[in-house]
Amino acid sequence: MIQPPSNQTVAPLEHAVDAPHAAPGWILIAVYAALVILTGLTVAAAGINLGQFNILVALVIAAIKAALVVLFFMHLFWDSPFNGIVLICALLCVAIFISFAVMDTTSYNPSLTAPQSVQIGQ
Amino acid sequence: MSVAVSNLNVPVVCERRPGDNYINHSRGILSWIFTLDHKRIGIMYMVLILANYLVGGIFAMLLRIELLSPKPWMLADPDATKQLYNNMFTLHGAMMIFLFVIPAIPAILGNFALPLMLGAKDVAFPRLNLLSLWCYGLGGFFFVYVLFSGVYHAATGNILPGGFGLDTGWTFYTPYSTNPGSGGNVVAATLGAFIIGFSSILTGINFVASIHTLRPKTMGWFRMPLFLWSLYATSILQILATPVLAITLLLLIAEKTLHIGIFDWKLGGDPVLYQHFFWFYSHPAVYIMILPAMGVMSEVMPVFCRKHIFGYAFIACSSVGLAMLSFFVWGHHMFVSGQSPLVNSIFSLLTFSVAIPSAVKVFNWTATMYKGSIRFNTPMLYAMGFIMVFTAGGLTGMFLGSLQTNVHLHDTYFVVAHFHYVMMGSTVFAFLAGMYYWFPKIFGKMYNDKVGRVAAVLIFIGFNLAFFPQFVGGAHGMPRRWATYPPEFQIYHVLSTIGAFLMASGLFIVLYNWVAALLIGPPAPPNPWGGNTLEWATTSPPPHDNFAATPEVGDPYNLADWQYVDNKQGWVKSTATNVRTQA
Amino acid sequence: MSTATTAHHDPYLAHHFDSSEQQNASAKVGMWVFLATEILMFGGLFCAYAVYRHLHPDVFEFCAGKYLNTTLGAINTLILITSSFTMAWGVRAAQLNQKKLLIGCLSLTLLGGAGFLGIKAVEYRDKWVEHVWVGQWNQYNADYTGSDKVEPNASSAARTPAPDTRPIDPHLATADPNTGTANESKIKPHFTVDTSLAAPPSAVSASRETVAYENLSTPDKKRVNAFFSCYFLMTGLHGIHVVVGMGLISWLLRRSLKGEFNARYNTPVDLVGLYWHLVDLIWIFLFPLFYLIH
Repeated sequence: MIQPPSNQTVAPLEHAVDAPHAAPGWILIAVYAALVILTGLTVAAAGINLGQFNILVALVIAAIKAALVVLFFMHLFWDSPFNGIVLICALLCVAIFISFAVMDTTSYNPSLTAPQSVQIGQ
Repeated sequence: MSVAVSNLNVPVVCERRPGDNYINHSRGILSWIFTLDHKRIGIMYMVLILANYLVGGIFAMLLRIELLSPKPWMLADPDATKQLYNNMFTLHGAMMIFLFVIPAIPAILGNFALPLMLGAKDVAFPRLNLLSLWCYGLGGFFFVYVLFSGVYHAATGNILPGGFGLDTGWTFYTPYSTNPGSGGNVVAATLGAFIIGFSSILTGINFVASIHTLRPKTMGWFRMPLFLWSLYATSILQILATPVLAITLLLLIAEKTLHIGIFDWKLGGDPVLYQHFFWFYSHPAVYIMILPAMGVMSEVMPVFCRKHIFGYAFIACSSVGLAMLSFFVWGHHMFVSGQSPLVNSIFSLLTFSVAIPSAVKVFNWTATMYKGSIRFNTPMLYAMGFIMVFTAGGLTGMFLGSLQTNVHLHDTYFVVAHFHYVMMGSTVFAFLAGMYYWFPKIFGKMYNDKVGRVAAVLIFIGFNLAFFPQFVGGAHGMPRRWATYPPEFQIYHVLSTIGAFLMASGLFIVLYNWVAALLIGPPAPPNPWGGNTLEWATTSPPPHDNFAATPEVGDPYNLADWQYVDNKQGWVKSTATNVRTQA
Repeated sequence: MSTATTAHHDPYLAHHFDSSEQQNASAKVGMWVFLATEILMFGGLFCAYAVYRHLHPDVFEFCAGKYLNTTLGAINTLILITSSFTMAWGVRAAQLNQKKLLIGCLSLTLLGGAGFLGIKAVEYRDKWVEHVWVGQWNQYNADYTGSDKVEPNASSAARTPAPDTRPIDPHLATADPNTGTANESKIKPHFTVDTSLAAPPSAVSASRETVAYENLSTPDKKRVNAFFSCYFLMTGLHGIHVVVGMGLISWLLRRSLKGEFNARYNTPVDLVGLYWHLVDLIWIFLFPLFYLIH
């Protein structure tokens, strides 16, 4: 916890410190409205039968919501780009992990569910 | 994209007595336990980590003694021997990996040297640094509990809560580790590893933030010492990979205590999925071990060859490249675990690519030595040993990375020899090189270099004798983790044990060397080796806030301005020449 | 010689930083890197989810349809989004020296978190009452000891072996899923759902009826437990993060009541805000993945 040390007087800063950028209120409200609308949209879309595209639609909408939260609520739009790079690297890492693991488990799954059709080791 | 806005003209607000340094700056045990000084935190890490190294090493020696004979002989009952043996190799592996090799260079040398090399007063988040240390201590406590419960059971037959010992192997593979009643005290050990993981993560966060924001304005990315580049790459791995270990261990604990069934096929789960989870962290983990070691090499080599490092940009970029590539190869630990042929091939191909950045570095260090003016002080001996041992270890990794040979070599002593060559040989050699290199700076005392060199040679010979026969034995089929074996393998084991004893005696000489230096060593000059990185611009040991006057930043490998005076004054910056700024 | 100088020292500036811009930039970098670690940690759980759902979509359809309430999930989503909004506004208030507004926003955020946990508690209690809790308290779990244990067809238990750890026969990887299905139908003629790997959920949802337990293939019946593992682990870990977040916000509330935050010093509010938004982000993905499986 950073407190002014008791033996020092709180001297005013000699040079002006720029106030940190505060997110404009209207942007926050607009993003909030968009998030609520998108939530409704995703619930509605789940009710429509799109086959295997249901999950894709849901994830795309979730990604848009996430992008809005990250860029505006988390201030990344106005922040140093490095913070964004950190986030993207983390997401890429998760993507690598999931894609290889799913690829592998999909490939060996037939040997788990259909043992009778296979002669192992012969 | 960097935010280095440091203003070097901020006056220092600190009282300084003559002879004041970070060690005597404040007294009392509490001033150490609650310190925010990165140097003191590094020292405390050193004590804990070396203690864990000793315990892990004792297990190794016990294993090697047991393996002298093909039949069980330490205990009369063969089953009891094997049980004890399984406990010993598990704890040897788990303690060495989690408690020694992973934290050693970053937590000790990194913590100490990083702020100094940046010309800064501390890391970006000193309190987080202290929390890292406490996490390490707390996590280590759980391992001690596991150890103790095993010994207690062996001595009295009583079982402490949770079980006794640990005999799953350091990899905690399911289903053995999650079956009820088997595996020993898996929960305590994984909880310990979970907590230690946070120590690793928090250190990584600290280093990334420090390197990004605490660099002086005149130190751009490509003017940074290469040790910092390697710590940066290591931190990327610590940040991105360790959380996956955290969740893996949590899942293991949940599996064992709640029977959630995520890795248990009887409950609908998949045991091989555990291996994916585990190795997704544990492969980058081995790069967490080797990257800082390579960083130490890049510091030691130019100084002891009196030559600018060859190929700075290549070494810097290959560090980060190695970190990124390491995320793509974890499946090479699972070639024979039931992984599909498709994914096997992909991982094998990617594993070959991972050799490239490592090779780039080895060539660069060798080129640095070429036509250099080499001085064979102790750090340099370890550095040269590193090159030989790392080349051997890395090349044998290629044998293991190709699918066909892997089928033959998996779970044999070939694998054991390979990872000891890169972990024990390379990382520990580099750790010792770094300790010897920065010892005068850390403690302000000089050690006896002759004794150091004798120990280095002994360790090198002992190490190779200990592990080279294992390559041969493994290629002939000697399986790993076996307490008993067919008699034709005995010769390899006997040679290995002799080498282990030689190496252990070398390490005890190192310990003696350091303790003697602390007690009766002569005071060290600020720059005993003639390096140009910023830590040599301050006293040995440094004052509490690192620098009395802010140092001038130049090319970290431009050694031309330093002149050797004598043993007492070491190397001194010649005032006649101006500081050159080109590489 | 002692050099006690009184520098024009910003009281909020830590000793080892040279300027407040440097300190703030550091804090932000550190926080984003920490958030990356949280993403990786949850990423592991998302991986487990992806593997199990991809391989056994019918199990997830059955469980989600029968046991998860979309309305409650949607309400929870709206609550978290609103609390995220109030948190973001709170950060803005701190940066503009609006102390009362900051306190109000933090209180609303806390309220939102409490509401979320309340609904979660209702959901968890429902699961407990229906005996579909986690692990050995789940009636679909083989280790369950209650009287209403749900057994898959007993004859199939012997036919699903442990995964073979020997090198896979190259023919295995290309085993025709249709052949697998045909074989299974010889053994268990009463099941009707196509368990081929490539079968999309639409095979079942075309009729907009929830999958019934009896319609699952026998191997899938044993995997119902895996759904609940994923559900409780992911929502549970998320819930723990909500609790931690609420603790941090309470700490902020206490400090802001004492007037410790202003335009020059509001970093803790900023950083806790980032953490809370991450908690919201994770839920934004959890919601469709669990509650919108139709």
